[in-house]
Amino acid sequence: MSFLVETILSGLMAGVMYSLVALGFVLIFKASGIFNFAQGVMCLFAALTFAGIIEKTSLPWPIAFMLTVGVMVAVAWAVERFVLRHLVNQEPIILFMATIGLAYVLEGIGDIVWGSDVKVLDIGLPSGASDFMLDQFNIYIEKLEVFAALIAAVLVGFLAIFFQKTRIGRALRAVADDHQAALSVGISLQTIWVIVWSVAGFVALVAGTLWGTKSGVQFSLSLIALKALPVLILGGFTSIPGAIVGGLIIGVGEKLAEIYVGPMVGGAIENWFAYMLALAFLLVRPQGLFGERIIERV
Amino acid sequence: MSETSASTILSVNNIEVIYNHVILVLKGVSLTVPEGGIVALLGANGAGKTTTLKAVSNLLGAERGDVTKGSIVFKGEEVQSLSPNDLVKRGCIQVMEGRHCFGHLSIEENLLTGAFTRRDGAAAIREDLEKVYAYFPRLRERRSSQAGYTSGGEQQMCAIGRALMSKPNMILLDEPSMGLAPQLVEEIFEIVKELNQKEGVSFLLAEQNTNVALRYATYGYILESGRIVLDGDAKALRENEDVKEFYLGVGGEGRKSFRNVKHYKRRKRWLA
Repeated sequence: MSFLVETILSGLMAGVMYSLVALGFVLIFKASGIFNFAQGVMCLFAALTFAGIIEKTSLPWPIAFMLTVGVMVAVAWAVERFVLRHLVNQEPIILFMATIGLAYVLEGIGDIVWGSDVKVLDIGLPSGASDFMLDQFNIYIEKLEVFAALIAAVLVGFLAIFFQKTRIGRALRAVADDHQAALSVGISLQTIWVIVWSVAGFVALVAGTLWGTKSGVQFSLSLIALKALPVLILGGFTSIPGAIVGGLIIGVGEKLAEIYVGPMVGGAIENWFAYMLALAFLLVRPQGLFGERIIERV
Repeated sequence: MSETSASTILSVNNIEVIYNHVILVLKGVSLTVPEGGIVALLGANGAGKTTTLKAVSNLLGAERGDVTKGSIVFKGEEVQSLSPNDLVKRGCIQVMEGRHCFGHLSIEENLLTGAFTRRDGAAAIREDLEKVYAYFPRLRERRSSQAGYTSGGEQQMCAIGRALMSKPNMILLDEPSMGLAPQLVEEIFEIVKELNQKEGVSFLLAEQNTNVALRYATYGYILESGRIVLDGDAKALRENEDVKEFYLGVGGEGRKSFRNVKHYKRRKRWLA
């Protein structure tokens, strides 16, 4: 029994980590209808910059963190100034292609500035097993994962309020619905895009920091974006709660599948289970669990 | 109109608009809107009505269009180089053809986005929201419905209400009658007239429905292939034989053959 609980818990925690990455995608997709292929690389870039600043300058980590936030805002500004501004009103596929290019540019800049060796990111986040859970329930849980779950909860709460209740949040959703109409009522797309890419950059920094602490800051970090894709399909591209629930389902699902279904088919199910689940979802519910219904007037 | 009203809120002077650097759409259009007036811009599909409005509101940039000649003056200031949000701040807002409500936002949220550029505080915005609901009681009933699920008429009201929330002096209204039942068209135009009289909002109105537009407007311009071919008081236009024949569909003496069409003498106003 405790083994099952342990499996589910570790699945949930892994799921939270996926969700954090997926959140960044949702933000940009919601506000601009762009599927940002570069989101994974943004996680890598943010974590690299964070680790790099600490390494080179030995500043205390809160200051380095703030500096990195500044860098991500600068990235957002540059993306708007040099890419998005010139592509207003183009087909979504063109914007998507632009973000693929952006992914390579960011990756290259990260490599040139901070080098390509694996960096250790240790800012004193809790790590190791939680003794309390081990003693009381004989269950093994990583402290870092519990911490990640808390961070995710705070972030989601903050974002939900931001999107639903604030003037800027409303404008973000308006832009997502109709660029032209948003322009016509006096919403400046340029400002909105800088804001949303900054917020996504911040989320990327948080996700990158947690992943980087867990497994070192290295190139493979940018590939977690691929894990975020099934999470998005499950939860819906436009829903913040969807990103969280989707992440949890994928996390738990793949762990359970590995342990209980894996032996029947020769194992290694964990790597592709998420994609199978996503495929099945695309067939029955393409907008995802919480995605906005596609409104079509006839 | 020009002899009675002293001040002009908008004047468009001989503008030329080119899309994608090659397609010449407007070939020298001039018009003026007096303060507190309703001016109709009429013409068939593709005549350049929407382009003219978008040139004023500066939404052309997003469609790769460019004003290459002439000037646009709003409240005494040249505005060609301003961004759409600067123009909204100065009191000139466009209601686009086809409504363009934000489908996933509720009606009330749609209306609130109209107040995006305002800095005069939540209380003032709240007050204006109530005012919009007073003009469009139907919107109050549907305030929490997603705009995408409301009817065409409600969406048109929502789009006009949303523009009102920016406290405009002038609304550029593009084809408000599109896709609406005749009765609803009348309703919308009645509200336009009311807004004009009570709130002092000036309107530049692009319409294909010449009949309705000329009944509510004070002055009209007729656009054809990017040029203004005729203008005058709405009343005079309604009685003009050419307008009757080509836009109102009532000929002077029975049916006419298309052979006579080419003898239609246009006033070459753009040369003047």
